[in-house]
Formats: sequence, C-alpha cells, structure tokens
Amino acid sequence: MLRQIEGSHAVAEAVALARPEVICAYPISPQTHIVEGLGEMVKSGALAPCEFMNVESEFAAMSVAIGSSAAGARTYTATASQGLLFMAEAVYNASGLGLPIVMTVANRAIGAPINIWNDHSDSMSQRDCGWLQLFAETNQEALDLHIQAFKLGEELSMPVMVCMDGFILTHAVERVDVPAQAEVDAFLPPYEPRQVLDPAAPVSIGAMVGPEAFMEVRYIAHAKQTMALERIPQIADEFAERFGRASGGLVRPYRCEGAETIVVALGSVLGTLKDTVDELRAAGHRIGVLGIQSFRPFPLAAVRAALQEARRVVVLEKSFSVGLGGVVSTDVRMALSGIQLHGYTVVAGLGGRAITRASLARTLREAMADTLAPLTFMDLDWAIVNRQLAREAQMRRNGPIAENLLRDLGTVASKVS
Amino acid sequence: MLQVRIHGRGGQGVVTAAEMLSLAAFEQGRHAQAFPSFGSERTGAPVVAFCRIDDREIRLREPIVEPDVLIVQDPTLLHQVDVFQGLKPDGYVLINSRRDLDALGVGVILTRLRPGRAATLPATEIALEHIGRPVPNAALLGGLAALSGLVTLDAVVHAVRDTFAGPVADANVAAAGAAFAHVQRRMQETAHA
Repeated sequence: MLRQIEGSHAVAEAVALARPEVICAYPISPQTHIVEGLGEMVKSGALAPCEFMNVESEFAAMSVAIGSSAAGARTYTATASQGLLFMAEAVYNASGLGLPIVMTVANRAIGAPINIWNDHSDSMSQRDCGWLQLFAETNQEALDLHIQAFKLGEELSMPVMVCMDGFILTHAVERVDVPAQAEVDAFLPPYEPRQVLDPAAPVSIGAMVGPEAFMEVRYIAHAKQTMALERIPQIADEFAERFGRASGGLVRPYRCEGAETIVVALGSVLGTLKDTVDELRAAGHRIGVLGIQSFRPFPLAAVRAALQEARRVVVLEKSFSVGLGGVVSTDVRMALSGIQLHGYTVVAGLGGRAITRASLARTLREAMADTLAPLTFMDLDWAIVNRQLAREAQMRRNGPIAENLLRDLGTVASKVS
Repeated sequence: MLQVRIHGRGGQGVVTAAEMLSLAAFEQGRHAQAFPSFGSERTGAPVVAFCRIDDREIRLREPIVEPDVLIVQDPTLLHQVDVFQGLKPDGYVLINSRRDLDALGVGVILTRLRPGRAATLPATEIALEHIGRPVPNAALLGGLAALSGLVTLDAVVHAVRDTFAGPVADANVAAAGAAFAHVQRRMQETAHA
C-alpha cells in the first residue's frame, strides 16, 4: 500500500513485517523514531509475539541481541554514531559468533566535535567488523533492504547492518510502498537457526579459539561474505519478482553507457547525483553514476566491470580516513588494480554539510577537465581553515580548534544550507 | 517541481506543516518529500522545513535554496533571518501576521513578485480562535490553498485528518477552512479594488 510516511516509520513497518521476536534498543538520534515506532507496535499488540527490551546502553543492546539471537529468536536493534562505537566490542562478537542480527545504522557523524548530523563515519568505522553492510538510497530501499536483510543474514548466519542516511532519510516524509504481511511472509520464511541454544540438544556457543583454529574461523566468515556476493543479487532479483521493484543488489549503474567519467557513491546522495548527472549529460558530458548498495561484502568484480571502460572515476564519499583520505576510494581503487585511469576522491557532506547540485556540478566539471585535486573536500571553508592554521603556526596556546572556528564564523542564526 | 520552504520557530509546528503539505500533495496523487532543516530544534529558535512536490519521483536531497513558495510562520523572523533568500520571481509568499505586507516592511521586497502572489494571514489569531493554541500551521496551509491553488483545501483537510485525530483534527480543519476563506476574500477585495 502506498503511504506518505517518515523514513523511520517506514523502517519500523518493514521490521514489524519481518516478525522479529526480540527488539532491544537504546535511543540515539537520528535512529530513535524507528525503535519508538516499534515500541508502540509491541505495546499495542500490533506486533506479537515480540519482546521489546529497554536496555541501559548500546553495549547492552547488542549484548541482549547476541543472547536472544543465540537462543533462536529473530532479533533486531538500531543505533547510530557514538552508539555504534559504544557497542563495538559486542558488534564484533555478534559477527564472530555468526548470529544473524539485523541492525539499522541511521548514519551520523562521530564526535568530537559533537555533531548529530549525517555522514558515514559511523558505519565506516565498523567496516571490518564482519557484518554485512547494505546502504539504502531512498526510504523505499531502506524499507525493502530490511526485509531482504533478515533473509540474507539468516541464510548465511551472519549479522546485517542496514545503513541509511540519518535525518536526510530517517526524517524525510515521502512516498513508500509498504507490502502486505502475506507478501512478506511468502518471501521471508520463519527463522531456522543454523546454531541455537536448545536445552533439548545442548551446545555451547563462544568457545575460546587459540592459534590452532582462529585463522580458520575468521576465514569462514570471509567465505560467507564471499557467498553473500552471490546471494545478494539473487535475493534482490527474487524481491523484484515478488514486489515489482528493484531494491538492493550489489551495485546499480545509472547512465554509465559510454561514460568517460563515472561517479561512485553510497546512500541518499545518489539521488542528488543522478539529477546532477542528468544536467551534465544534457550539456553533452559523457558521465554516469555507480551506486554501491553492498559495501560489505565489497563487490570488487562488479565495481571493476562497471568502471573498467571509463577514463575517469570520482569517488564521492561522506567518510574520511584522517591521515589518508578516502575510505570508499581505497576499496574502489583495489577493484581497479592494474587498470590505468584518473582517480579522484571527493569528501563531501561531513557532519551534515549539505551536498548541493550546484557544488556537485562544479566539482564534477573540474574532474572532467582533470583540474580537480586528487583529494578534494567539497565546499570546504578555506578562510576559517587557513586562519586557524596561521594561529597554530603563530602561537602555542591558541585555544580549542572547534571553538576558534565557530568564533571566526560568527553567530550562525538559521542558515538554510 | 514545486519547492516550498517554511520558516518559523521551534514549537510552531513548522516541521508538521511541511509534512502535512506533503500529505496533501500525496492525497492528490503526486510525489512529495518533506524534511526538516535538522538544526538543534529548541522552542523559539528559528526553524526551517522543506517540501518538494512533483509528478515524478523526487531524487533531489539538497535543502531548498530556490523556493517557489515561502511560508513564514513568525513575522519576527523577517528581520532576523534572510527568509526571502533565493525566492523565485514567479513565487508565492504567505506570512503569518495581522498586519499587511507594507506595514511589515516587506512590501518593497515583494514588488518583484507577480501581483497577487504575496499575502499576509492572521494565522495565529485564527488558530487561537479555533484550536485555542497559537499553532498557525494548518491555517497557513489553508491560506496557501487559497493564495496559490497549488494544493486544494480538500487535500489540506485530508492531510490534517491524517496527522491529528478527534477534536484536535476538527479544530485544525476549521482553522484551515477559515484561513482559506479569509485569503480568498482578501484576494477578491484586491481584485475589485
């Protein structure tokens, strides 16, 4: 049924349709509306049988998720930003144990400086934790990916993170098609654990493994993620057949036919990018977009196949590895090893900085002219950066950086962008 | 694509206004996207919310920098925030105030708009009368329907009823209807003047 609802609400509906048996969460913006919505459904009895557990922290949320998943319950949680960092130890345990928990990460920057707005630093900080990481472009895709995530995770016995841009998606009210319960039931069978704590057939889960088998256990996690490279497109196809729309998959090219320049990105910025690329195509530029839906496992072969005919690749990312540059770029470069082309990393949108069509068009035109710096920070305010760097050079005790920069900017009342 | 920017203060239902407008457009079979400006929203602080309406899927996610429609829920913002930033020459402006545009000191700024595209509406007074609280958003949407015809009053009423329930919904529907009638009357007076 078509509905005009908030992204968080759409995700809550999707999770409920997946019939989770345990939901545990600790509130943190911009994820809170999702678990609030689910809490209401559990309380009203609309979602039953399901236990909603209020916990005292994100670390507790993931710990409860581990316990309930090991006991054979379909388990869901959600977090963002510092919350994901606070649960990090348990996040690694969930994947190391192979428990198919599904978690929404409503992508938000990581402090300090404290910032509640969107970028991809949180998910990227956990890219090596062993969870599958799927990125949603729209609220429809976020809804669809949650349903796919339970199926994928449970088949492989691996946890799945569904990443959606905080505020930009979670707080946007737009049209989504919410499937009927019977349709979801036909797509997603009840959870059949590959391992379970069952008094009738006792096992222990969580053995200490020494040098004799640790590498092998880790390798199996990698082997499973490699299997997911095959299953993700199959599940997306099955979903498309049943629900009549394309969602998920590994990568999604847009206007890449004959493209000399291809822009690679993840998440909701793909929408603005596509509008920008339409303008540039209309002006005669041969440019396209490659959206990456599956960041872990990283689809090396699919990315290579999509990019190998291009002359130039621009990776636009909302993440940043301090002291190196791009995060996504590094993986894209690995996919292209041995191929000679011009590569650019554009870091944009950190901490909620708006990514506009005008800035994208300007940056991409520079890339197409090969005048762009290999590592570019889109719309960086060089004036305040240079002023602070000068202060750093001039005096030792020049004060806290964040406060200095805010003072240089003056009071920002209510800027539109 | 139609782009609407709503300025107000925290507590005035600015975000709800954008969401209701998107619902009204949805009721009319259109695609719509409503989103807040993601500031740290405190009661009384300047707040911005956005709504895009189109006949096809809306992919753009940038804040609205060139609005076709501007709704100002609080006239005290006029001299604090550059609310008219990027307003298109063929755009619409609706300001919540008992006073007219000249008395607010924005008449000159708005002469660049086409005639009949800017109006004020005593939405807070209408809200107090019908709802009993100074929440002007539903009244302003009713006023916008009269001023621009971009959404119908029927669709606004549907949106209000989707958002609120019971007596609160009835009161907001009444406020929207009264505001619609007010703006329509003023437009007829101006047309005949």
